[in-house]
Amino acid sequence: MRHIISILLENEPGALSRVVGLFSQRNFNIETLNVAPTEDPSLSRLTVTTVGDDRVIEQITKHLNKLIDVVKLVDLTEGNHIERELMLVKVKALGAARDEVKRTVDIFRAQIVDVTPSLYTVQITGDAGKLDAFLQAMAPVGILEVARTGVSGIARGDKVLSL
Amino acid sequence: MELLSGADMIARFLQDEGIEYIYGYPGGAALHIYDALFRQDKVKHILVRHEQAATHAADGYARASGKPGCVLVTSGPGATNAVTGIATAYMDSIPMVVLCGQVASHLIGEDAFQETDIVGVTRPIVKHSFSIRHPSEIPEVLKKAFYLAATGRPGPVVVDIPKDMTAPTERYEYIYPKKVKMRSYNPVTRGHTGQIKKAVEMILKAKRPVFYTGGGVVTGKASEGLTDLVKQLGYPITTTLMGIGSYPQSDRQCLGWLGMHGSYESNMAMHHADLIIAIGARFDDRVTNSTSKFCPTAKIIHVDVDPSSISKTVRADVPIVGPASSVINEMISLVQGHEIAHPEALTEWWEKIDGWRADREGKLYEPSKPGEVLKPQEVVEAVCRVTRGEAYVTTDVGQHQMFAAQYYKFDKPNRLITSGGLGTMGFGFPAAMGIKQNFPDDDVVCITGEGSFQMMMQELSTCKQYGVGVKIVNLNNASLGMVRQWQDLNYKSRHAHSYMESLPDFHMLIEAYGFTAITVNTLDELEPALERAFANKHELVFLDVKVDPHEHVYPMQVPLGAMRDMLLSKTERT
Repeated sequence: MRHIISILLENEPGALSRVVGLFSQRNFNIETLNVAPTEDPSLSRLTVTTVGDDRVIEQITKHLNKLIDVVKLVDLTEGNHIERELMLVKVKALGAARDEVKRTVDIFRAQIVDVTPSLYTVQITGDAGKLDAFLQAMAPVGILEVARTGVSGIARGDKVLSL
Repeated sequence: MELLSGADMIARFLQDEGIEYIYGYPGGAALHIYDALFRQDKVKHILVRHEQAATHAADGYARASGKPGCVLVTSGPGATNAVTGIATAYMDSIPMVVLCGQVASHLIGEDAFQETDIVGVTRPIVKHSFSIRHPSEIPEVLKKAFYLAATGRPGPVVVDIPKDMTAPTERYEYIYPKKVKMRSYNPVTRGHTGQIKKAVEMILKAKRPVFYTGGGVVTGKASEGLTDLVKQLGYPITTTLMGIGSYPQSDRQCLGWLGMHGSYESNMAMHHADLIIAIGARFDDRVTNSTSKFCPTAKIIHVDVDPSSISKTVRADVPIVGPASSVINEMISLVQGHEIAHPEALTEWWEKIDGWRADREGKLYEPSKPGEVLKPQEVVEAVCRVTRGEAYVTTDVGQHQMFAAQYYKFDKPNRLITSGGLGTMGFGFPAAMGIKQNFPDDDVVCITGEGSFQMMMQELSTCKQYGVGVKIVNLNNASLGMVRQWQDLNYKSRHAHSYMESLPDFHMLIEAYGFTAITVNTLDELEPALERAFANKHELVFLDVKVDPHEHVYPMQVPLGAMRDMLLSKTERT
């Protein structure tokens, strides 16, 4: 099963490499990884999506917790949560396709953020499934480049991941 | 206010922290630190002849004394040479702090002379690591390093120190930090009471219980408590290789150690148990054999200070996260005043175990006949007799290691000092050196083989410099015995590179360093040679004992089998 694990990490040099290294060292898998500082400059928030059965996920969270730089973590998939990913896509937009792309962008509630005579750059946010669907819809037109941020997430309701 | 350079802060901190010995080897990036150590006399620096030996010596010291070991090496090759020793300490959860010189900050990343990203290289084999970014951080970082190394599940910590951080010209305020606070590191101090109660209920109701205890009991200083608990219950106990001595082996309740080359009765008892009480052990593959066939009828209680050890390879029915000592003490107080529920079942269980014991009695190996080449097993038994089972025994890795663990009887923890997890050849001799310096009046013997000994034999020179009187028993079978054994069993005796051609004349080699060497060929020469070797506690003596190269280590678990599936000799199996 797919899990989204959010981690508060000491904002120290090398901290990220300890997390990433742990995954390869213990033969765990990283699907996406997203990291940035939080409102507290001493902390980074790192969100990793991974796939594994309960035993593997238990090991992943235990080993992550063991890292000295990991301050706190939560498996968001254990409860209701919001997950979002942002994607920038360059698609071919020539002739009739130009209108078709614009329509699809509207259907997906995406935005065109840059334009040239031959292509559109589209910005789209949503869960991973929505982004995949958009790429599938654009494939016949011609996808030139894709940049995805990886999943970021937060729990629904009153639950807060903080110190 | 006291202003000190970074280098002086390091020397001063080590004094304030109560560090007695630091093992190391100088080099460019560490020279400021070496100068600071030279100008004080509280912390004794031991100059090794290879950085790997520094880490093993500090490791041996740490295992025997229970205090963190300390190492100082220079950047680049100095640090990379230490890597094997760091990994050895990591796998066996040994507290150690390794200070590594580094090229000056402005050179980092430029492939400077003797530059290595040692924090990166050691990342998977340390509990944590630090890079010093400002000299004023040094006291706090070192305090954290020693705190992390020694608390919770212990392990090695690397501190990377760029040369400019220790420059004599830059001075900052030095205050010894008495306390450490780390928001992300709070090792557990006791187990969950509800879980412990549940475990004790199961323990009292068990019909075929076995205690299975490991290195966590030794490093967690919980041997006394464990012995009390096990004696009170009257249950059988087996230990891991790392847990040897955590319960006296001469006691009837001790079945020896378990696993690949563990005792027949230990492995049989584990397989047939209905309750396994695992404390400070980690169900590693050299213990469990195939996990899918592991102890099919047993419920498992697993106590460990490291939650990630629990249910890692074998699912625990009652997990208890906590230090061995406090959990055991809580168990003792809960057991007190209660009778076990099925004393008749326990009697039956012991009858069964005693039957297994009797099955193998006197059949473990065939002693040599007069005039024949010696069996390695009888050499270890003789070492045990001569040292009255009280020596610190270090080993290297291979057949001799297993024989040492099987035939020397340990009644105290911290007495068998062996690289159990990583299996590092070359560990034994420098580890013995580190122990002997801390326990000069005790017998410290390195049981080794000619393959392993040659990996770290340059340390004879260190022993000469510091007058370290360790005894070395070289079980010389002129081949890499364990490799050869596997080749006999699995490769139709094709001995690919498992024999040692061009062995040195060990006698001459040892004498070249000014030490005594004794060559032993037969049984009648053995005990007199050992008596002579152990007569003077402060003299290094090397015994080159020629032993049978055809001997195998048995029992030996059959790969992919259950605990009870064992080869018992070259011709018998369970």
